[in-house]
Amino acid sequence: MTESEFTGEEAVETATLPLDAWHRAKGGRMVEFAGYWMPIQYEGIMAEHLWTRENAGLFDVSHMGQLYLSGEGLDEALEAVLPGDVKSLTVGRMRYSLLLNEEGGILDDLMLSRWPEGIYMVVNGAVKWEDIGHLREALPDAITINHLEERALLALQGPKAFDALKRHTTGQWPLDALVFMMGGPYQIGGVDAWISRSGYTGEDGFEISVDADKVQQVADLLCGEPEVKPIGLGARDSLRLEAGLPLYGHDLDEEIDPIEGDLAFAISKRRREEGGFPGAARILGHLADGSPRKRVGLLIDGKLPVREGAKLFDGEEEIGVVTSGGFAPSVGAPIAMGYVPRDHAAPGTAIAAEVRGKRVSCTVAPMPFVPHRYIRKQGG
Amino acid sequence: MPRYYTEEHEWIDVDGDVATVGITDFAQGQLGDIVFVEVPDTGAELSAGGDAAVVESVKAASDVYAPVDGTVTEGNGQLEEDPALVNSDPEGEGWFFRMTLSDKSQLDGLMNAQAYKDFIADL
Repeated sequence: MTESEFTGEEAVETATLPLDAWHRAKGGRMVEFAGYWMPIQYEGIMAEHLWTRENAGLFDVSHMGQLYLSGEGLDEALEAVLPGDVKSLTVGRMRYSLLLNEEGGILDDLMLSRWPEGIYMVVNGAVKWEDIGHLREALPDAITINHLEERALLALQGPKAFDALKRHTTGQWPLDALVFMMGGPYQIGGVDAWISRSGYTGEDGFEISVDADKVQQVADLLCGEPEVKPIGLGARDSLRLEAGLPLYGHDLDEEIDPIEGDLAFAISKRRREEGGFPGAARILGHLADGSPRKRVGLLIDGKLPVREGAKLFDGEEEIGVVTSGGFAPSVGAPIAMGYVPRDHAAPGTAIAAEVRGKRVSCTVAPMPFVPHRYIRKQGG
Repeated sequence: MPRYYTEEHEWIDVDGDVATVGITDFAQGQLGDIVFVEVPDTGAELSAGGDAAVVESVKAASDVYAPVDGTVTEGNGQLEEDPALVNSDPEGEGWFFRMTLSDKSQLDGLMNAQAYKDFIADL
């Protein structure tokens, strides 16, 4: 047998995460991903996935790039490299945005948070060095970019994440002052942390940035709670797929613009009116007239998983490609996402995917496949 | 009934001129949750080391190779309904297919249970 996925895209030397030994001690099976040894699973992807949907899962996402940007004119400077509304982002708020090239293609997707004196940015691990290079080149010299390499990042996700985290958290505000896409400074078991109510599973949950030398203390504290188990990359991928969330380098890349990627929400009303971001002409044109192709969800007939790279057909005509796909534990069936022409993007459209020379019927489906359960209101 | 093993983590039980093939317990543990199995059609001609079946776990699709030359006499239809049998009983109910043996001497190149145990201990 040979395995085709998660074997890594090899950097010269694979780096280790601050929690490397901890993952191995917990039974994590380590694979190369984004230049790091990361746990793909502990007890099994299916069980970990379902545990997270019902309880709470702790994910080590320390491979991601944590950046802190500051300096005079930061908001204007950032608005020149991404299409998000930075100026209206008030302290403690968080926003999803995109780094764009001059053609409007997506260089990375990321999260911006307003800290009192600057912007905290979390970017994808696999392209963080490229992102830093791009930002350094594109932003004026007055802007300082700090790569917070000494920090680790954990995600605690699931309907019981709040209960587990609350027991150990102190701060100026109660934890439930945070609603979806808000963050603030807290202490977890006495360890300083930036905690935001966010994540990439579709569940309620938190992302927790702490000093790398304190992360094991925090991980042990959280995994000591009955609701919490460590969860690997495999379940992270199936959870985000069910949540309809794109994965950079698979569902998004430099050839795809935000409208094609079904990410129009990341371009605010003011930015649509004013433009002034890279690729604005193409992107605003696609916003007005529709893009020729679009990222859609696909429900697969039968049990055969349809994976990344599978071609999509309408009859004999090849119309698109699958960019992510696999068995969805909470759906109980295979699902996928991919790109199809605009006239095939309506939910309910019947098409076919090709797997090992065989055609598999599938139907364009609205995303998410599993409803998001974000907490958007205090006390909600 | 002697059982042989391959370095690709298939097992093969030989009974006269007919053999039953599956993947080992070690293999299913490495693959994780099996969600789909594609077994070969009856009558398919297999050659040693060539593709014979496909097993899909949550994370990836993997090929299963024919351990020896021969012709498929039966695929395990139960796996279509219940692919998780490969996880729960990989070296029993979770067999993949049965085949005839064209060249029994090919079995000499395979491992016995002890040799396979030593082989996986070194991985």
